[in-house]
Amino acid sequence: MIERFGELRNTALLVSMFVIAGCGGGDGGGGGASAGAADAAPAESPVDAATAGNVAGMVTFSGTAPMMAEINMNSEAVCAAKHSTTPTEESFVGGENGGLANVFVYVKQGLESLTFPTPASAVVLNQDGCTYRPHVLGVQVGQDITIRNSDGLMHNINASPTENRPFNVSQPVNMETNRSFSTAEVMVPVRCDVHGWMSSWIGVVDHPYFTVSGPDGSVALDGLPPGDYVIEAWHEQFGTMTSNVTVATGETAEISFEFTEAMAGASVPMGEPIDLLHPDGHRTVDH
Amino acid sequence: MRVLPNLRSGGWFKVLLSSRHITFSSLLLAASLPFVPTHLGAQVDGEVVYNQWCAGCHGEDGAGTGPAANTMLPRPRDFTLALYQVRTTATGGLPTDADMLKVINEGMPGTAMPGWEDVLTEGDRLALVDYLKTFSRFFQDDPPTPLDFGRATPETDEAIARGAEVYQTVECWRCHGQQGRGDGESAPTLNDAAGFPIVAADLTENWRFNGGGEVEEIYRVLRTGLDGTPMPTFSDIVDAGVITNEDLWSLAHYVRRLSPEDEPEVREVVTAKLLTDTPLPQTVEDIVWEEAEAFYVPLAGQIIIKPRWFNPRVDGVWVQAAHDGRELALLVSWGDPSESPDTLWADFGERVLTTMAPGDEGSASGSGAADQLVVQFPQELYEGQERPYFLQGDARRPAYTWTWQSDVTGAFESIARGMGTAARQADAEQHVRATAQHADGQWKVLFVRPLDTGSEEDLAMTVGQAVPMAFQAWDGDNGESGNQGAVSTWYFLFLEQPTPIAVYVQPPVALALTLLFGLLVVRQARLGSGMVRELDASARRKRIARTRQLAGMGVGVIWLGMAFGSYQNSRAGWEAGHADLGFWWAIIGGLLAIAGLGALVGTWIHTRTSK
Repeated sequence: MIERFGELRNTALLVSMFVIAGCGGGDGGGGGASAGAADAAPAESPVDAATAGNVAGMVTFSGTAPMMAEINMNSEAVCAAKHSTTPTEESFVGGENGGLANVFVYVKQGLESLTFPTPASAVVLNQDGCTYRPHVLGVQVGQDITIRNSDGLMHNINASPTENRPFNVSQPVNMETNRSFSTAEVMVPVRCDVHGWMSSWIGVVDHPYFTVSGPDGSVALDGLPPGDYVIEAWHEQFGTMTSNVTVATGETAEISFEFTEAMAGASVPMGEPIDLLHPDGHRTVDH
Repeated sequence: MRVLPNLRSGGWFKVLLSSRHITFSSLLLAASLPFVPTHLGAQVDGEVVYNQWCAGCHGEDGAGTGPAANTMLPRPRDFTLALYQVRTTATGGLPTDADMLKVINEGMPGTAMPGWEDVLTEGDRLALVDYLKTFSRFFQDDPPTPLDFGRATPETDEAIARGAEVYQTVECWRCHGQQGRGDGESAPTLNDAAGFPIVAADLTENWRFNGGGEVEEIYRVLRTGLDGTPMPTFSDIVDAGVITNEDLWSLAHYVRRLSPEDEPEVREVVTAKLLTDTPLPQTVEDIVWEEAEAFYVPLAGQIIIKPRWFNPRVDGVWVQAAHDGRELALLVSWGDPSESPDTLWADFGERVLTTMAPGDEGSASGSGAADQLVVQFPQELYEGQERPYFLQGDARRPAYTWTWQSDVTGAFESIARGMGTAARQADAEQHVRATAQHADGQWKVLFVRPLDTGSEEDLAMTVGQAVPMAFQAWDGDNGESGNQGAVSTWYFLFLEQPTPIAVYVQPPVALALTLLFGLLVVRQARLGSGMVRELDASARRKRIARTRQLAGMGVGVIWLGMAFGSYQNSRAGWEAGHADLGFWWAIIGGLLAIAGLGALVGTWIHTRTSK
């Protein structure tokens, strides 16, 4: 129980780091442990903090929230015991005031001229209670993803990107496995074939300006160099939306993404190459 | 295990042919050579070979969506993703040229992919390897590095026992089931990378394993996983020290042992064992079945009469039979992960139907049907040994069938004049009894029927006679029903007969006669040798004598050879269930052996006396 609390706390920390601190500079990608944030600051950041600005805003949902099916974990007593309420699918997680969680928000265009160091700290993808924690996460190209089994029973981690090479690894006991991706790709689907309900999404980008919205829907990308950017928000059910922003020194540019009921069932782009050099990289939702 | 041909064995020009090896200097070298082998002049165009032989399924664009792809599950490989199951490289790695050539050569057992080793020349196949790589940019990266597999550990009882433990530790049963028949609890939810339903391999049928069924090949799959399928790599747990590399070899040995030592031989005749002092079995668990020989009958999808079925779950049944002179007991066993209809599998069946969508009128529209087995016989033995049409007969020659269904107790007899026309016989005319058991992903159904039911509508079975027999099987949870199931061609069921008294009397008589014959030969030889002795002043006579010696020896050796041939025939006869054939060949063999020995002995005596 204590251990479980620890995992939840780490997850909460991770999320709060994204939300509050954003992913600016050295904090990029966050870390599984609370110490990671302090250690990870790379010395050779191409961004001058003195001239940087920020992006902040909300991701919301309007309309009738889709019903999430309950997951029957009766066959996995160990996992079922880790959930105080009946677990449900997580392809839609809404919060108060219309906030929409699990939206991957990142700079899609505007950073082409810069290269960023690969963070030394790893991002943690935890399997706990036969659920991926977090459900959506971001990582930089080349950065380690520590895949952890906290359930002590068989999971396989089957990542099926198209721009990167896939992997499918078994973890029959509590253990950790590191993997990384060599090319930017939004998003890489991850699933467990042993537990058909388990799914996760990994956004791979080649810079540290990305975040995942929490239940309150707030997002922030801090420490961006001044300039024009295209910000994209990705959701697994509703597809993508983009927003153009101009970042000025010391100021916070507003962004706002409102996903609607009508966008449900969109053909969600995944495994698409992020063509930063393409002027018309904007992708719209089909249907 | 088949040894892969060495890619380099063809000489330097092959290296040049491979685009990966074309360097500026080698091009210069080729250009400066005074003559070039004709092979290079007629360089094989992989694209031409591909479009002729591969594009029908894999598509000209390599995306695995050729015209025939819709009737296949698993679907043909999508080469644009560079996702390959059979590799010697780590998960996510690209296959080596040799890996790709292995699949082209041997095909993928259990799928629609055939082997091309005997169809295409080596040059064509090597050109294909190179052409396939052009479908994905990933092959522009550095060439893949094969994993070091080390050497197989010895197959000992300890290794097998350890392998059984590892099977539990790494939880293979999650998908493959406790007995390995692909009936694990996660099996109904499995999808491949493209989202198509996929079955967990039945580990008791190693001849259908992707990438080969021998220990080294099983170990390789454990190390590399089968990318694009749910089968993960187990390399990481060795690296993490959860199990040792030796443990993984032990697991490979254990999995290998789940299948028969050799791929089952398909034999024409199923022999029903005659039981004289044990009662005829009335249950599927009777001890008789542990002893009775099992015959393997392969099945294939019914793809002749619409609606067709290209994705049969049951690829073969095991048949055992026994009789006591009054009744026949027929035990049919086959792998089927579920007892249909099973709610856990309902979604799987729906996904299979959506995927297959053959578009034939009358196709099954929903899963949830029962499992079914039909045993077919001709209604009577037709003239000239003609058999009914193998899909439940025709108007002229009806089939007489036994039908068992998983949602109904027992079985019933019908007369059918074509697929789907089976008419159940009247209740008063039902004579077949059936009991069934489903355990660990396997059905066992036992049919019992009097040899002669007394009804003219039923096939009467006679001891010592072979009657045609065929099988059809449906897995309801795989979306199968109606015409959409698995079928076999005709086989024979032979009822073993008691050995007649004559069999015991004739051999001694025959032996005595042969002995007499042998003595006559010897006597002839003696007489001959006496004549030669009288005339031995002449060297020419000596030469004639030597010729006769050689002839005698030769005849003896030939007779012995013929005796050996008879012995082979005899054995074949017994194995095929033709007890009479086997017996008489044994007699003939014995006669020939004695005659041959007699000739040799006679000649030896002749030789001795001539000195």
